[in-house]
Amino acid sequence: MRSGPVARIGWAVLLTVLYLFLLAPVIIVFIESFDTSTYLRFPPQGFSLEPYRQVFANPDFQAGLKVSAVTAATTTLLALLCGVPAALALTRLRFRGRGAVEAAFLSPLLVPNIVLGLALLILFAPIPLTDTYWGLILAHLGVTIPYVVRTVTAALAGADPRAEEAAATLGAGPFTVFRRVTLPAIRPGLFSGGIIAFLLSFDETVISLFVSGHTVRPLPVAVLQYVEYRSDPSIAALSVCLVLLSVVAVVLVERGLGLRRSLRP
Amino acid sequence: MTTAVPTAPAPAAPPAGRLRRHRPVLLLLAPGALALLLTYALPLVWVVRMALNRPLDGGAILQTVTLSTFTDVLASSHYWNVIGQTLQLGVLTTVFTLLLSYPVALFLARTTSRWRSLLFALAVAPLLISSVARTFGWMAILGNQGVVNKTLLAIGVIDDPLRLANNMTGVVIASTEIYMPFAILAMLAGFGRLDPELERAAASLGAGRFAVLRRVVLPLTAPGVLTASLLVFVLSLSGYVTPRLIGGGRVFVLATEIYDEAMNSLNWPVAAVLSVLLLLLFGLVVAVHLWAQRVLEARFTGRGRSTS
Repeated sequence: MRSGPVARIGWAVLLTVLYLFLLAPVIIVFIESFDTSTYLRFPPQGFSLEPYRQVFANPDFQAGLKVSAVTAATTTLLALLCGVPAALALTRLRFRGRGAVEAAFLSPLLVPNIVLGLALLILFAPIPLTDTYWGLILAHLGVTIPYVVRTVTAALAGADPRAEEAAATLGAGPFTVFRRVTLPAIRPGLFSGGIIAFLLSFDETVISLFVSGHTVRPLPVAVLQYVEYRSDPSIAALSVCLVLLSVVAVVLVERGLGLRRSLRP
Repeated sequence: MTTAVPTAPAPAAPPAGRLRRHRPVLLLLAPGALALLLTYALPLVWVVRMALNRPLDGGAILQTVTLSTFTDVLASSHYWNVIGQTLQLGVLTTVFTLLLSYPVALFLARTTSRWRSLLFALAVAPLLISSVARTFGWMAILGNQGVVNKTLLAIGVIDDPLRLANNMTGVVIASTEIYMPFAILAMLAGFGRLDPELERAAASLGAGRFAVLRRVVLPLTAPGVLTASLLVFVLSLSGYVTPRLIGGGRVFVLATEIYDEAMNSLNWPVAAVLSVLLLLLFGLVVAVHLWAQRVLEARFTGRGRSTS
């Protein structure tokens, strides 16, 4: 479009403002995380690393970090074990109802987490699986499998099936074909799917609120319950740590399958 | 909205010996299907079943099959108020999110800057940042001691702090920012038909800038905007963290109500009824979306034919 200098400057200003709005909470959290004040206020009253020390010294957050890390790692492993074979079947084999099966595998994304959380509570409470590691892991599995299926399907679609057929013709069994031909080709997708699954499970809040308890309480739930009653710079420090974790994940995903292909809505 | 997954061009029929009918398919699908059955399908059936029970005093549940919990909920003005606030939050958040996301998506779809990947990552990365952390950031911005109020007070624009937190205004502002990355992604995925050549052609034929925007850019981007609106509306109808934290216990939407009934009042049947109502609302929204998509598609092809 032809545009004069005024229009171009106006457009640049608009975009800058929108980007600032989009990044405002992250920027503010970063500024507040070094405050010396005992409650959250603006502008910061001083500069110190004390909030960071407080976060790591808080026993609730220490326990939460452990629960979240163990849960996310196990969930990721299980989601890959469930999701990769499904993606393989959906892209490499032809069968009736393939479209319906694919829709079913992606459908948990359409159900609100608040409903899924209540549903899992009602199912798990009598068994009893609530407030246990396995309950939390199973609860996260349902919402992470669709992402793995999606990224691995995208990676498989990009890999040439003829290489697999050639290997099979030359006498390789199905497992050898998968291990020696398919797996190396889809490694970026596998990697990106795994990273996203880990992060989703690590940050999952709403479903966890229903199925966790006082013994097994993941980090986001501990933070949410803390913030409901008070807000101080230590939460800002914790938020900065969570943001850094996401930045690492974003870089890794971008290096793998690429952000755009991994996050397609 | 999740159907946009690229699938492989149908591979040539696998060697007959390897694919002996459906056994490989079932074997490969079994682990995932079992997991989803346990963690998603079965729980949803349990919710619907729970909605047909009746709550008794003190968290006890009468196992029965009745619609009386539904009729009780629908007869209460409190829950109608909750549904109204949920829709209000959904509509306002969707409108603002679309308005603020559209320029960013348009920019990202057309830019040839070498910072393109970085600008894309900056716009979309917040999606992968914990919503608790981002909502906390908005508490620091919107609160009475927050950035906005302290700054405006200091420069003397206002005398009393603006009420931006603990009410619907704050929840809408924060929700808008939280759902913007989703909207930008959805718009970009739907902007495939956008082509700078078309705009240049229209301009060279004498169309002014607004005519190009209205007659070329907007129609071509309409499908992406429609997908984004469905996604954001559905997400904001069911959001919990932001209404809970920014609302400060004064904003009542279906999600916060479901949590309170289930975890504080221990009234599972009512929580289940509210969940089923939320799912029905979702179904209605998706149906309207599909209808709008058909209308849009018909207008597109209709116009194309009449001008050729």
